[in-house]
Amino acid sequence: MIANLLAKSYARTAVAALVALVFAIVVTSIVLSVSGFNPPSTFQAMFDFGKEPDSVVNTVNRAAAYYLSALAVAIGFRMNLFNIGVDGQYRLAAMLAAAAGGAWALPPGLRQVVIILVAVVVGGAWAGIAAILKVTRGVSEVISTIMLNFIGTGVIAFLLSPNRLAAKVAGSNNIGTKPIGSSGRVPGISYPGSDLKIYGLVLLAVLAGLGFWFVINRTRFGFDLRATGLSQSAAVASGVDAKRMVVIAMVLSGAVAGLVGMPQLLGGSYSYSLDFPTGIGFTGIGIALLGRNNPVGIAFASLLWAFLDQSSQILEFNDIPKEIVAITQAAVLLSVVVVYEIVNRVGRRMDQRRVAAELGEAAA
Amino acid sequence: MRRAVKMTAVAASAVLALSAAGCGGKKASTGGGGGGDSKKIVKVGLAYDVGGRGDKSFNDAAYAGLQKVQSELKLDIKDIEAKEGESDNDKIQRLQLLAQSGYNPVIAVGFAYAGALGKVAPKFPTTKFAIIDDNTVQQPNVADLLFAENEGSYLVGAAAAKKSKTGHIGFIGGVATPLIKKFEVGYTAGAKKVNPNIKVDAKYISQPPDFGGFKDPAKGKTIAQGMYDQGADVIYAAAGLSGTGSLQAAAGAKKWFIGVDSDQYQTAAADEKPYVLTSMLKRIDTAVFNFVKGVGENQFQKGDQRFTLKNDGVDYSKSNPTALGDLPSTIDDLKQQIVSGKITPPEK
Repeated sequence: MIANLLAKSYARTAVAALVALVFAIVVTSIVLSVSGFNPPSTFQAMFDFGKEPDSVVNTVNRAAAYYLSALAVAIGFRMNLFNIGVDGQYRLAAMLAAAAGGAWALPPGLRQVVIILVAVVVGGAWAGIAAILKVTRGVSEVISTIMLNFIGTGVIAFLLSPNRLAAKVAGSNNIGTKPIGSSGRVPGISYPGSDLKIYGLVLLAVLAGLGFWFVINRTRFGFDLRATGLSQSAAVASGVDAKRMVVIAMVLSGAVAGLVGMPQLLGGSYSYSLDFPTGIGFTGIGIALLGRNNPVGIAFASLLWAFLDQSSQILEFNDIPKEIVAITQAAVLLSVVVVYEIVNRVGRRMDQRRVAAELGEAAA
Repeated sequence: MRRAVKMTAVAASAVLALSAAGCGGKKASTGGGGGGDSKKIVKVGLAYDVGGRGDKSFNDAAYAGLQKVQSELKLDIKDIEAKEGESDNDKIQRLQLLAQSGYNPVIAVGFAYAGALGKVAPKFPTTKFAIIDDNTVQQPNVADLLFAENEGSYLVGAAAAKKSKTGHIGFIGGVATPLIKKFEVGYTAGAKKVNPNIKVDAKYISQPPDFGGFKDPAKGKTIAQGMYDQGADVIYAAAGLSGTGSLQAAAGAKKWFIGVDSDQYQTAAADEKPYVLTSMLKRIDTAVFNFVKGVGENQFQKGDQRFTLKNDGVDYSKSNPTALGDLPSTIDDLKQQIVSGKITPPEK
């Protein structure tokens, strides 16, 4: 029964993730006990708070941004490219898209499409810089994307000034782009029991996930991408243009990164200001690892991550340090890598035994 | 005209609140042991912005205000911090959680809460809210606590220009936000008032959304050293925790330093104290104190409450008289002129 279960690779992934989660809960419980808190009641409080309607809405919204971010990272990972620049890419993309959306009063429908296109193009172009540096000068994308994050921050700060792309709000100490008018917004989805809305563009994350799966698994490009990721020399030998693949994969990764801020921008804040969410690009790296660069795995991972982030709010309310959740998240991440390897080995051994047994039967 | 009336009203209410505070204090001390039971318990909710956002002294000042109230009213304080990468919805939920759980008043520390508060306040009409550094939320149950940072900075700018022998002074901002620019503008204007030819060197440690500039003493020190090397002999650091590094640089170079928000002469190390010329005081503690006390005594006031030189909401400190010398005569004169409306320090 277990042998059958572990024969499928997705089942192995799922088992590994579950074991890692259990391990993380054990670690967290130990930390909680040592610090003098009661683990069961803590988890109960988190769970109770996490399933309140408002929490569900916030969890889904948060997960959508995490999902897009992790997807962007995963495109790179599939080709052994480490795009650490998702953070800068999505912030710059969201800022310029917000400015464009605020400035151009296009008819409804077209306006949303144009805003999203601007974000995609900006995100792709920003990542493209790193790609070009890599293929022409051999600069490691790890270094260049990190640096582009800082440059992106500088560019945003430069542009977010009243005589450039920003509009000052009277009486506020905030500063942001001109708000996008109602014709450029995307209506939210109501959730029973909550006044908050699920961002309409959460569906965009679902579409991006489907697109990712299709492109990677069902197209020639996806095959080349995976082949280059597994062995660049083998791919080159079989006629894949590796440099072209690097540029395309990196730009694609940046384009998806450009989408990260869209659900929030068009569904909630309508303007890029000082309090626009930051840091989602880095969270995405961990989630892509946890989801094993698989669109379904990443979906579960981002929901888990968002749920933990969301429910951690109640901890502080009960005078428990909310950093406990960071420990849980770190434990999940660390253990999933180890556990996956173990489960994989066990699975392989079972495969070998089964094959050996079948061969033995055949021989007899 | 209307504005003037409003200002007077605010000033008057502040005075009333302060005198009420005095009475309360007396009552508590004469009441003896039995006084404890008659104290009303006020459940205060405090919602901070992301830990790094808003400098440490800023958040702590709000909390210090609550501790001051604690001597007169029994408080049950609950403070929650924001999470990195969160959206308005998370802030909405945080404020709701506090209001639903019976915390009243609820204080939103920082302008980032404006959008969320605008949506939550109407849902809890009996809960009193306050927001610091913002007045875009105008509701019957919201108090908007604002500070004239430019006025206080104007005075310390004048002090800097007066004290400078080189005719060259410096300004170090934590993060280049509109709020911190208000400090710079006031400082420069005050300095130019005293010496029109003065050279003001202004630098910011970080750019938003990187709010690390408020907690980076090493960079605060390096930038200050650079400015002192180039001939500046007074530096005003509006940079939260990073300012402590600038003060170290001042002590090392044996030049002047001006603190911000709280009186940094009090917290400076013994060998650094002589170099603290003065500090620009932003009385967040007073604002929070007045607000919570007002709510506790059913004297809540909605709308804008400006903390200015006039009502001691901002000021400059005189805790280092040897350094100041005869400066207070000039500065107090300017202060009088601002209070009477003869001088209006620019805001941007």
